[in-house]
Amino acid sequence: MNALRNRLAPLARSLPPSGIRRFFDMASTMKDVISLGVGEPDFVTPWHIRESGLHALERGVTSYTANAGIFELRQAIARYLNGYGTFYHPETEILVTVGGSEAIDLAIRVLAGPGDEVLIAEPAYVSYRPLVHLSGATPVSVPLRPENGFRLDANDVRARITPRTKALILCNPNNPTGSVLNRAQLESIAQAVRDADIFVVVDEIYAELTYGQSHVSLPSLPGMQERTVLIGGLSKAYAMTGWRLGYAAAPDFILHAMLTVHQYTILCAPAAAQVAGIEALAHGGPAVLAMVAEYDARRHLITRGLNELGLSCALPQGAFYAFPDIRSTGLSSEQFAEELLVRGRVAVVPGNVFGDQGEGFVRCSYATSIGQIEQALERIRMMLSAGRD
Amino acid sequence: MSPTQRHELLVRLHDDAKLSITTLAAMMDVDPADVEATIAELEASGIIRGYCAVINWDRIERDRVRGIIEVKVAPQREVGFDAVARRIYQYPEVKDVTLVSGSYDLQVIVEGQRIQEVARFVSERLATIEHVQSTTTHFVLKTYKVDGVVLDDDGGEQRLVISP
Repeated sequence: MNALRNRLAPLARSLPPSGIRRFFDMASTMKDVISLGVGEPDFVTPWHIRESGLHALERGVTSYTANAGIFELRQAIARYLNGYGTFYHPETEILVTVGGSEAIDLAIRVLAGPGDEVLIAEPAYVSYRPLVHLSGATPVSVPLRPENGFRLDANDVRARITPRTKALILCNPNNPTGSVLNRAQLESIAQAVRDADIFVVVDEIYAELTYGQSHVSLPSLPGMQERTVLIGGLSKAYAMTGWRLGYAAAPDFILHAMLTVHQYTILCAPAAAQVAGIEALAHGGPAVLAMVAEYDARRHLITRGLNELGLSCALPQGAFYAFPDIRSTGLSSEQFAEELLVRGRVAVVPGNVFGDQGEGFVRCSYATSIGQIEQALERIRMMLSAGRD
Repeated sequence: MSPTQRHELLVRLHDDAKLSITTLAAMMDVDPADVEATIAELEASGIIRGYCAVINWDRIERDRVRGIIEVKVAPQREVGFDAVARRIYQYPEVKDVTLVSGSYDLQVIVEGQRIQEVARFVSERLATIEHVQSTTTHFVLKTYKVDGVVLDDDGGEQRLVISP
């Protein structure tokens, strides 16, 4: 058996399991756990969107669609992105994918390969690094510094540029830190990227979940659309994670390469989900606003609660994650999360699984009810006070 | 508190009247004293009239019958429908009274322990009130949703306990 295992492809064998896996396995076996570890909305998809998916099935929309996705959906995505000041041609510059995850994979595959370096602003979504690894390129971490509110600093980008640097990957609004880059910060990053003449993959899946300010889309900045792959999707804003519906928008020469890989590996995103996506983009606005208002109230509640417990936590500006500093407890992120799970029955995700820069922090998702957040805070309080005795 | 915040406070209390003042203050990012004062003011001015639980009575083994009664009324000079409505809502059996547009005027919800009890109330009390022209009674068979709360939902948490 071991001999056979050793004959698996070296790349597959060298791919480490996600750091989230261990906590998932632990938490899954335990009863009465309150989870702040979930990276998806607690709302179900708004009914009018589900209903349009059902209607699509009733009408027999069960065949393949165009590889790039139903044209009407690509048009709707182009219109939506236009609202952020970008202009994508729905025929040649938009690709509907199986979740944002597929779009990230495709972007990395077509932009980078063996011998290249890809900069990743970390802490970051857990798949960027392994996907760069799978492409054969070398991931290079660009630290998001706690003292800088986990916002990417253009100087940190410049300092890591080499002749081999091919692309920069960043997530804005950020998972796991909840930080958001404003226009000025994005402009200085864009300048660094243009100076180095590299590509950018920007994951804006949380764009709609930006609080108290308007989301600025990186490719809307001068000279950026031509070198950027924009990743988006309906999962987070419209509470549609299980439908697996995402997209990439990019200049036609990049998008064409992505489409070629996509048509061999995936063929097309699920047809009924695409129809539901058209409905979501056409009429989902009020439901999104209502969900954002709920997340907004919860982010205040959890941030105030964590700070009152002595776990310093900046008010998240986007997504649905609080990222408290747990260094005052003297524990590592993993130790804290494990202790909280075993003794406090609260699941959080240790910050270091999102990259070394996340050490000393944990990710608390507030995509859960007010009652659950309050109970979780109470359990954290009990764990901390027991630790001090 | 601004009118928008007052409105938000009312919506939140209507959704969940059990939320504590500290929780409401944290959710709205305001001072708890502000929330406390505003609630007191809303109670004093009669905007907040009470707090109650949303109960799925169908799950309780207890005799309880609800009738929805359409009442046609001849409106009276100067007082319109109000005088008749007032005569109806004084009865403790009556849970809700609303004036509606359409083919009848007042919608009245009456509760009792047995069908006969509700039927007798309608024929002997409601129908005999002066200016009431006719009544049509519908007995409630099952309640699916009350005031925004779905009652026949057995959904529960579907999500993975941890996801990236």
